[in-house]
Amino acid sequence: MPLLTQDEAQALLKKVLSYSKADECEINLTGTITGNIRYARNSVSTSGGISTNTLVVSSAYGKKLGVATINEFDDASLEKVVRRAEELAKLAPENPEFVSFLGPQKYAEPVMFVPATAAITPKQRADAVAQSLQVAKDTKTVAAGFMEDTTTMNAMMNSKGLFAYNTSTGVNFSITMRTEDGKGSGYATRGYNDFTKLDTKKASQIAADKGLKSATARAIEPGKYTVILEPAAAAVLLENIFFGLDARQADEGRSFLSQPGGKTRLGEKLVDERVNMYSDPLNPELPTSTWAGDGRPQEKVSWIEKGVIKNLTYSRYWAEKKGVKAIPGPDGVIMEGGTKSLEELIKGTKKGILVTRLWYIRPVDPQTLLLTGLTRDGTFYIENGEIKFPIKNFRFNESPVIMLNNLEELGKVERTVSVESNVNYLIPPMKIRDFTFSSLSDAV
Amino acid sequence: MKRRDFLYLTGMGTTAAMLSAIPGMGRPIAPERALETVDVALKKQMADVALNAARAKGATYTDVRIGRYLNQFVITREDKVQNIVNTESYGLGVRVVAQGGWGFAATDKLDKDSIAKAAELAVAIAKENSRLLTEPVQLAPQKGYGEVSWKAPIEKNAFEVPIKEKVDLLLGVNAEAMKGGADYINSFLFMVNEQKYFASSDGSYIDQDIHRIWPTFFITKIDAATGKFETRNALSAPMGMGYEYLYARPQDKIQGVTTLYKGRYDMLEDAKAGAKQAGEKIKAKSVEPGKYDLILDPSHLWLTIHESTGHPTELDRVLGYEANFAGTSFLTLDKWESKKFNYGSKLVNIVADKTQVGSLGAVGYDDEGVKCGQWDVIKDGTLVSYQAIRDQAHILGLPASQGCCYADNWSSVQFQRMANISLQPGKEKKSIDDLIKGVQKGIYIIGDGSFSIDQQRYNFQFGGQLYYEIKDGKIVGALKDVAYQSNTQEFWNSCVGIADQSDYRLGGSFFDGKGQPQQVSAVSHGSSTTRFNGVNVINTSRKIG
Repeated sequence: MPLLTQDEAQALLKKVLSYSKADECEINLTGTITGNIRYARNSVSTSGGISTNTLVVSSAYGKKLGVATINEFDDASLEKVVRRAEELAKLAPENPEFVSFLGPQKYAEPVMFVPATAAITPKQRADAVAQSLQVAKDTKTVAAGFMEDTTTMNAMMNSKGLFAYNTSTGVNFSITMRTEDGKGSGYATRGYNDFTKLDTKKASQIAADKGLKSATARAIEPGKYTVILEPAAAAVLLENIFFGLDARQADEGRSFLSQPGGKTRLGEKLVDERVNMYSDPLNPELPTSTWAGDGRPQEKVSWIEKGVIKNLTYSRYWAEKKGVKAIPGPDGVIMEGGTKSLEELIKGTKKGILVTRLWYIRPVDPQTLLLTGLTRDGTFYIENGEIKFPIKNFRFNESPVIMLNNLEELGKVERTVSVESNVNYLIPPMKIRDFTFSSLSDAV
Repeated sequence: MKRRDFLYLTGMGTTAAMLSAIPGMGRPIAPERALETVDVALKKQMADVALNAARAKGATYTDVRIGRYLNQFVITREDKVQNIVNTESYGLGVRVVAQGGWGFAATDKLDKDSIAKAAELAVAIAKENSRLLTEPVQLAPQKGYGEVSWKAPIEKNAFEVPIKEKVDLLLGVNAEAMKGGADYINSFLFMVNEQKYFASSDGSYIDQDIHRIWPTFFITKIDAATGKFETRNALSAPMGMGYEYLYARPQDKIQGVTTLYKGRYDMLEDAKAGAKQAGEKIKAKSVEPGKYDLILDPSHLWLTIHESTGHPTELDRVLGYEANFAGTSFLTLDKWESKKFNYGSKLVNIVADKTQVGSLGAVGYDDEGVKCGQWDVIKDGTLVSYQAIRDQAHILGLPASQGCCYADNWSSVQFQRMANISLQPGKEKKSIDDLIKGVQKGIYIIGDGSFSIDQQRYNFQFGGQLYYEIKDGKIVGALKDVAYQSNTQEFWNSCVGIADQSDYRLGGSFFDGKGQPQQVSAVSHGSSTTRFNGVNVINTSRKIG
C-alpha cells in the first residue's frame, strides 16, 4: 500500500474513531517503506526492501488503557481492532499514571520530506554501492558498507479532536575501507533527508584514505591526551547526555542530573560556557518532526545554554505532578560550533590525537555518566599542527560531562550519524584536553 | 530489537503504542491467541508455493521460513503495573540463490499470489546483485530430512500461565525489595515463543517450537545524605525454558555470600538479597586499583565468554562480513591453520553446542535446515574451530555446515549467529570455596555489569553486580567501583582454576545484536566458577559538577 496523503489519512482515522465506544480513543497510523543494501569483501552480501503499514488503537475507560494494532485496512478489520482495544482496556489493571489524551494542538509545517529520496530505485542503490566499490578497486582496499533509505508517513487522531500528520525521508550510509593485509582501517558515515546529497564515492575515498594512512600504526602510552573528536566520534558520547535529560530520573535521584535532597542540576552550570545545545524541528540541515508520538508539539528547545542546563524532558504524567510544561524528548540535537574546519583545528594543535570513530560505548557509572569504549578506524598522532603518524587504538574511560568541562575549541558544525543509535545530529568537531585513555588495543 | 530499543522498552513509561514502533516486535494480540498454532499441512502448502515459484524463475536453491513469533512482556515498577504487552509477528521469508548470488524477500500476506510474488522478487534481487559479486555462493551439501519436527523440552508453557499470576509475582518481588530498603525497583518478565517452519529445495520440511523466558529486575538505593546511588540487578539468567524456571527448589540453590541459582530461579529471594546488597554497596570500600586474582561466578563469566570467545570465533567476522559494524576478529584463519594458536591455558576447553537442554540457543535444526550438534572450538587452550554456516563451510574444509544460521524474524534474512559457547568445567573436584581459599589478594565478582570490547575482540573491560575482596584465602568485605581490563589471549592464559561440574551454570544474552539492519539473537554461555590470576583492576569512581 503506498503512503497515504493527509486527506486520505484523516478520512481513514475519522472512520476508525467513529467505531469507538470507550471514554477516550486515540489512533496512530504509520506507513514505512525502507530499502537497504549491504556489502562486504568488495561484494554485495544482502539487500532487501520492506513496506509496512500499522494502525495502533489506544482505548481508555477511566485510567484503564488497552492497545491493539492491525495491518489490514478494510472496514471489518478496522472495527475489529477498535473492539479489541476496548476489550483489552476493560481487562487491564488501572494505571494510576494514565493521563487523559491531548486536545487539539497547533503544529508548524514539517520540512522532512524530500521527493527524490522517496522515489529511490533498487538500481540507484546498486549504482551508489558500485561507486563505493570502484573506490575500493582503485585504492586496492577492501570495502564493507551499508546504505538504508526510509520514507515514512505518520498520522494521529483522538477523541479529543487532535489531528497530526507528517511525512519524512532519510538515508544513512556508512563505509569501512580496510587494507588488503588487514593492518589499516578507515571509516566514514553520512546521513541526509535528501538522497541526492549523498556522495558515496567521496565518503568512500575518505574512508580509503584513512584506511591506507592508518596501516603502520605505532603504540603510544595510554594516559590523558588532548584529542580532536570528529563529529561521528563526539556524537556517540554526547547522545548519552541527550538520552539522559529525563526529569523524573533526575528528580528521583538516580541520574547524573540529580543532587542530594531530591534536587536536580536544572538551572545550574554543568559544562564549559561555550557549550550550547538545542533542538529545532525546522532546522533545514536537521529537520525533525513537529509533533511527538503522543501529540505534543515539538518546538525549538534549548537544553544547554552557556553551559547551564536549561530544560529537562518530561512525560505528561510527571509534568502534571510537578506542575510544569511537559516538554517531550528531542528527535535530533544540535550543538553550536565555531568557524574552523577539522584541518584548522589540527593545525592549531601542538600535541594531540585525532579520533575518527568511537566504538562499543557502554555506561560504567550512571551517577557521573562515566562511559567506556574504544577508538576505531583511523586514530592519528598530531604534533605541531600536523598529523605525524597513525597510532594503535585506545580504550577510554571518560564522562561527556567531564569532557565538556575540558573543552579547548569547537569547529564547524556538521551533520553526522551515531553508529550506536542511528540517530542524526548536527555536531562540530571538538578539541578536548585531558581525555582519559586507559589502555591500548591491538585491534585494527 | 536493537539495544537502544531494549533500553527504550525497559525505560520509564513505555507504552504498547511505542512497542509497535520497534521493528520485529510484531503487533499486540490477546494473550489467549498465543496458545493457537498454525496447521503444519497449511504451512507445507505455503512453502511449496514459494519453492515452486522460485524454481520457475531460475533459482538454483530456495529456502522458505514461515514464522510465528510471540512475545509477552510484563513490566512493573514499585507498586504499579506499567505495561502488559502481547505481540505476534507472522509471515514468510524466502531466500534464493540465482545466478550465483543471494536474494531475499518477505511478506505478511500469506495468500498464494503474495507468496509467489515474494519468491519472484527474491530471485529478481539475486539477479540484480549478481553483477556486484566477486565469487558465486558455494553451499555445503545438505540432505533433505523430509517432514520432521522438534519441540523444546519445557515443563510449563509460560504463555499458559495467567497474566495475574505473573503480575502478582512481580508486584510481590517489588514489595519485598521496597521492604528491604530499596528506593526504586523496576521488574520485568519477558517470554518468547518461536513457532518456526522451514522448507528447502533440498527436501526438508521442519516444524519447530522454541520457548525462552527472562525474569529480571533493577534495584536502586540512594544515600539521602550524599545523593550517591547504587544499583543491583537480578542474578537470574535468561533461559530456553518454560515457566518452570521460576519454580525454584532447594537443590537449585548454591549458598555462599549470596544465593546463586542453578537452572531454576527464586526471584523473591533474590530481590530481598538485592535490596540489602544495594545498601551495602553504598557503604562498601572503593577498590584500590591494581593487579588482582579474580574469582568469576558463572552469572558474570558468561558475558566475558560471549564477548571474548563467542564473537571472535564467528566465521563471518573472521572473513570480514561484519567489518563495517560489529567488526572483524583477531582469530584470523592463519591462527587456526597453524593448529597451535595458544588462545588460553591448558585448562581452557570451549565447546559450541546448539543442543544443550535449557539453553537459549537450543534447536533441533538451524534456520537453513541443518541438524544441530556440538563441537570443540578451543581444545586444551588451542583454537581448533569456528562457527560456520552452509556458504562458509568450504572455507574450513568442512563436509557440512555447523548449523549456526539464524534470523530473528520471518522478515529478516538468516545469517551466521553465535551458537551456545561454553567453558567446560574443571575435571578435578573443586568447589567455589576451594578456589577462594588459594587466593592471597583477589576479588570475587558475581553478576554481569558494564561491558565493552574492541572490534577485533582483543581489549575488554567488564564490571559486575557484586564485588567481594579476598585476602589470604578469605572474603573480608564488599567492594565497589570495580572494573577489570584485559586482553583476550592474556586473560584466558591467566586461567588457573575451574570449579567442577557440580557448579556448572548457564548465563546468557536475550538480545545479542549483530548485522545491518541489526538483528537480535538469544544465546547461552555455561561455566563453573573460574579463577584468573593477576588481572588489571581499575577504579571507576569520578566526580562531576
